[in-house]
Amino acid sequence: MTTEIINGLTTFITTQIIKRPDKELALDTPLISGGLIDSFSLVDLALFIEDTFGVQVDDTELNAETFDTLSELVNLIKSRQS
Amino acid sequence: MPNQKTFKHATLIQPVIERAQTDPEHPALIFINPDNTEETISAGQFHFQALAFAQALQRIGVGQEDLVILVLQHSKVLLASFWGALYLGALPSIFPFLTEKLDPEIYMQRVKALVGHSEAKVVITYPEFKDELSRLLSEANCQVLSTDDVPEVSADPPSKPVWKDFSGDKIAFLQHSSGTTGLQKGVALSHQAVLNQIEAYSRAIDLQPNDVIVSWLPLYHDMGLIAGFVMPIVAGIPLVLMSPFHWISDPKILMWAIHNHRGTLCWLPNFAYNHLARALRPRYIEGLNLETLRMVINCSEPVHLQSHQTFFEKFSPYRLKEQALSSSYAMAENTFAVTQYPAGKAPHVDWVQVAPLQEQRKAVPANEGDQGSIPMVSCGLPIEGTQVEVVNDTGEVLPPRQVGEIILRGNCMLDGYHMRPDLTSETIRDGWYYTGDMGYIADEHVFISGRLKDLIIVGGKNVYPQDLEAIANTVKGIYPGRAVAFGMFDERIGSETIVMVCELRELADEQVIELLERILRQEIVKQTEVTLADVRLVEQRWLIKTSSGKIARSANRDKYIREFLD
Repeated sequence: MTTEIINGLTTFITTQIIKRPDKELALDTPLISGGLIDSFSLVDLALFIEDTFGVQVDDTELNAETFDTLSELVNLIKSRQS
Repeated sequence: MPNQKTFKHATLIQPVIERAQTDPEHPALIFINPDNTEETISAGQFHFQALAFAQALQRIGVGQEDLVILVLQHSKVLLASFWGALYLGALPSIFPFLTEKLDPEIYMQRVKALVGHSEAKVVITYPEFKDELSRLLSEANCQVLSTDDVPEVSADPPSKPVWKDFSGDKIAFLQHSSGTTGLQKGVALSHQAVLNQIEAYSRAIDLQPNDVIVSWLPLYHDMGLIAGFVMPIVAGIPLVLMSPFHWISDPKILMWAIHNHRGTLCWLPNFAYNHLARALRPRYIEGLNLETLRMVINCSEPVHLQSHQTFFEKFSPYRLKEQALSSSYAMAENTFAVTQYPAGKAPHVDWVQVAPLQEQRKAVPANEGDQGSIPMVSCGLPIEGTQVEVVNDTGEVLPPRQVGEIILRGNCMLDGYHMRPDLTSETIRDGWYYTGDMGYIADEHVFISGRLKDLIIVGGKNVYPQDLEAIANTVKGIYPGRAVAFGMFDERIGSETIVMVCELRELADEQVIELLERILRQEIVKQTEVTLADVRLVEQRWLIKTSSGKIARSANRDKYIREFLD
């Protein structure tokens, strides 16, 4: 399950947001504070998460405080799925 | 035309003082706080708050023509301090506030740099910044006034007013663009120029006493400063205001503010149309009613038909009227608007053939949707008192549908760039301001097709590529002077995104490249808040240089597209 989420998120971020399918994302890469994802693209990430994993992520949660890395994001999704 | 005096007031401060005296209960401002509580500020209260700042500034020796830099959050205090400086005849200028992404140390150095080269006399900021800024600015002979030292509302208004009868020619305030480069250019505007703008623009949008303006726009940018602050305050139109940070973290608050306050006018940069349409899931906007909105004006970055369509499709079920979609072409150098599409109809779209536009700089009409054609959205007609022409490289006026540089002149133009006579004489020639924007005129409508100047507009914010390149030069491993930044339009976002290509100092393996890329992205975001859409680290001699040895931005952009995207 976790692997599926990681793969889904990685594919979405590398192909749709940073548009570099050749890139690999480490679980601890800072996505927001590291300058990979900006506020405009965070909305797309939230929409993708809602559609794909069936959990709600509100706009007000889209910031580095709620999650900044892939592993934090996976934990957020998993905690809402259960 | 130029300098014709038609407004009954000579300065911006008179109508505000008059309203405070004759109609003090008139709602001036409704501020939506970050916790979503609302605060209504009447014309009388606004006046008193401004007065409190004017007195506090006067007490520490600030006088006429002294430059006052405002290092404050988007808040009612920012508005009151700006107006307080106007009351004194001092020149306020708003500095973008620190955000969590920016490095505080670099930020403070930027404030210091601005104070230094603009010879500012005082900075108004929060108590928590006072000590550090005082220390940094002590050599520059610049004082720091803390908001703590200013009583919230003066309970005891002075019997002798602090304002004087300034003449309309007096400079009112400065507008700075952002970034290292932008901060070098303080656009100085006179009271008369701003009043002329307000008068002409009010007519262009048919501004009425029952209008309500709703805005999240930052006040350090002309669109926010004029449409989302100065014009409503001077014209007595209620302004519903929220901070840009609040809006970006919760975009629905704008739409609900329009609903709740029966908002009629709203200005947005193009990206915001896409952002709102994408972000507002149905659960956020159940029961939303936008029927009161008579104009939503696209301004400050190129207008895209697709963005209007996406926005309209999303919000027409919520009673957004199609004729409310409007557009304007604006810049700080003309106070704000240069053109405006007439109120009451959606802007007309000029379909033109792509090939002649790119190869012969000609806008040849095409049928709607024809292959090899693109839609150009009209920015409307020049506002009264402003004249627009299109010229070629040698300054000759071009006929309609011929693409060239947009130049303008009129009665709301800048007085000049603050302490930069070189830049002023470079851009204002024979009374015409050379905008650096490319476009054409057809049936008197102005269309913007591109940019001559090296500027990238990301989400309505001006970014100078040279600022980003200068940061790349400081990253070890990147060949100094061998970096280029350029914009690429992203249809999904509805704005430009930024790509950087930098040459490596020496051949490196993938891991090192990965690390350098991460460092570069981090430095850029820390210093400028800009997120790079793509970074490519390439071998030496990849970048194309001009014959004079400069990095050619557009040629490298083309090469990037060929090598990495095609």
